[in-house]
Amino acid sequence: MPSDNRAPLSLKIGAGLGLAFLHLPIVLIFLYAFTTEQRSYQFPPPGLTTKWFAVAWNRADIWPPMILSLQVAAISTALALVLGTLVSAAMARTKFFGREQISLLIILPIALPGVITGMSLRSAFALMDIPFSTLTIILGHATFCIVIVYNNAVARMRRLSGGIMEASADLGANAFQSFRYILLPNLGSALLAGGMLAFALSFDEVIVTTFTAGQQSTLPIWMLQELVRPRQRPVTNVVAIVVFMATIIPILFAYYVTRGGSDTAGGGK
Amino acid sequence: MTAIPAVLPERGLADRLTGLFWRRPNVLLALAIAPPLIWLGVVYVGSLAALLLQSFYSIDEFSGVVVPEFTLKTYAELFRPQNFDIIWRTLLMSALVTLASAIIAFPIAYFAARYAKGRWKAVFYLGVMLPLWSSYLVKVYAWKLILAKEGIVTWVAEKLGAGFVIDAILAIPAIGGNSLSTSYIGTFIVFVYVWLPFMILPMQASLERVPTSMLEASADLGATRSQTFRTVILPLALPGVIAGSIFTFSLTMGDYIIPQIVGTSARFIGLAVYQQQGTAGNLPLAAAFAVVPIVIMLVYLALAKRAGAFDAL
Repeated sequence: MPSDNRAPLSLKIGAGLGLAFLHLPIVLIFLYAFTTEQRSYQFPPPGLTTKWFAVAWNRADIWPPMILSLQVAAISTALALVLGTLVSAAMARTKFFGREQISLLIILPIALPGVITGMSLRSAFALMDIPFSTLTIILGHATFCIVIVYNNAVARMRRLSGGIMEASADLGANAFQSFRYILLPNLGSALLAGGMLAFALSFDEVIVTTFTAGQQSTLPIWMLQELVRPRQRPVTNVVAIVVFMATIIPILFAYYVTRGGSDTAGGGK
Repeated sequence: MTAIPAVLPERGLADRLTGLFWRRPNVLLALAIAPPLIWLGVVYVGSLAALLLQSFYSIDEFSGVVVPEFTLKTYAELFRPQNFDIIWRTLLMSALVTLASAIIAFPIAYFAARYAKGRWKAVFYLGVMLPLWSSYLVKVYAWKLILAKEGIVTWVAEKLGAGFVIDAILAIPAIGGNSLSTSYIGTFIVFVYVWLPFMILPMQASLERVPTSMLEASADLGATRSQTFRTVILPLALPGVIAGSIFTFSLTMGDYIIPQIVGTSARFIGLAVYQQQGTAGNLPLAAAFAVVPIVIMLVYLALAKRAGAFDAL
């Protein structure tokens, strides 16, 4: 009977296989970081070694992209936190002319393919003779990070009762005190989650970055170059593990701080 | 006893501003929304305008310098056979990837929406969210390892004595190739893998809204499982499928990393944009190529809106 509460076996198998398909490939990234074979992707690995971690640590060409990626992600996240919180505060409760258009404008940078965002910025820089720099990378990253913070913050603002701000005002707090002592603590975990996700997104962004970076390399761009022209392949795997961890840990953390209100974290990348 | 005043005295600028915000809420609204609007308006909309402008310029064929004069010449170039092929190939790939994602996503979304309870619900949520958010490049790289000629797929097939199956698949004209990682099949598999979570989430959201009572009513009226599926569940899940297809279609159309790493040397729109602005140095043509997915997505979104897909986002 279709209405009983046990899933048919075929559905269970389909769902299980689907989840396995989503997760198993990543395991190989870890395995290949330990292989002794550096010229091909031979499976099974002929031998296992941990030396690539040390080799990666000592490779001078990995550190500058690493530091640049951290800088870009940190600054973009900070900018997105300020801008995303402001726009979510304006959008959460009030209705005004052009509100629909603004919400479309916020979502557009991630709704359109990255190549369009990248190419648009590239065209603008070319037309205005702006040289590529760390700043041009940040301009792109902060733009698509705003929506991540916005999604998290606006969901929390909608759930907050409007009464707490009124109560705060009644008790003699001015707007800034209410913001500092009432609104901010209540938004805290949502902003933390949004910031974490924005950081993760920025840290591994490659599509927009290739159009805005010029000669500089972020860590994902370094990885892309290694994928196109491989040198010591297992070293690339070690870096891939670092990038994977740098995205997965913030995501798990964001999930952890916002669980319960499960619809907030995420909502479309 | 002194009377306590109903209105407290002002304690400086902060209080005066608070009073202003109270009397004129629009001032506060404008102050809050101005910085993000200016950012998005200047950086993003400005850039999109620059893209559009650039696409109406052309390049001087002899000097290779961009001529800043309005012309439709660059758009006409899109219709040259080699460029039109790129657009056509990209559309076909996007459509196939979308279709395959919908088929693979359905069991996961349906199980998560209807049968997963408590801890399993969390497992499914994280099980879809983690691959969605984890590093894009790492995911693509994983598939390069898997599909390589000396990689795990070949090894497993040989151990099972099924090596000839892979050879047969690779021998298919047009979509086959030297190895999985240098064929259209490889590109297709990686596209499906990377964008699958974007299909699962909206699909699950729309399936969660199908009331159980409707399935019971369908069963009471004598429908078999497959009849219920075809006539009740599928039509109600359709907005979710369309919402998901917006993501898979648009993301496949704009991607240029995956075909570069796994696949033949044949170009897709994204790759054409990248190469035209980079090595070829033809910014106007790159911009014109980038406008193509925008136009296609606008049409697609208009159709999706008519089908009610936005309620499922």
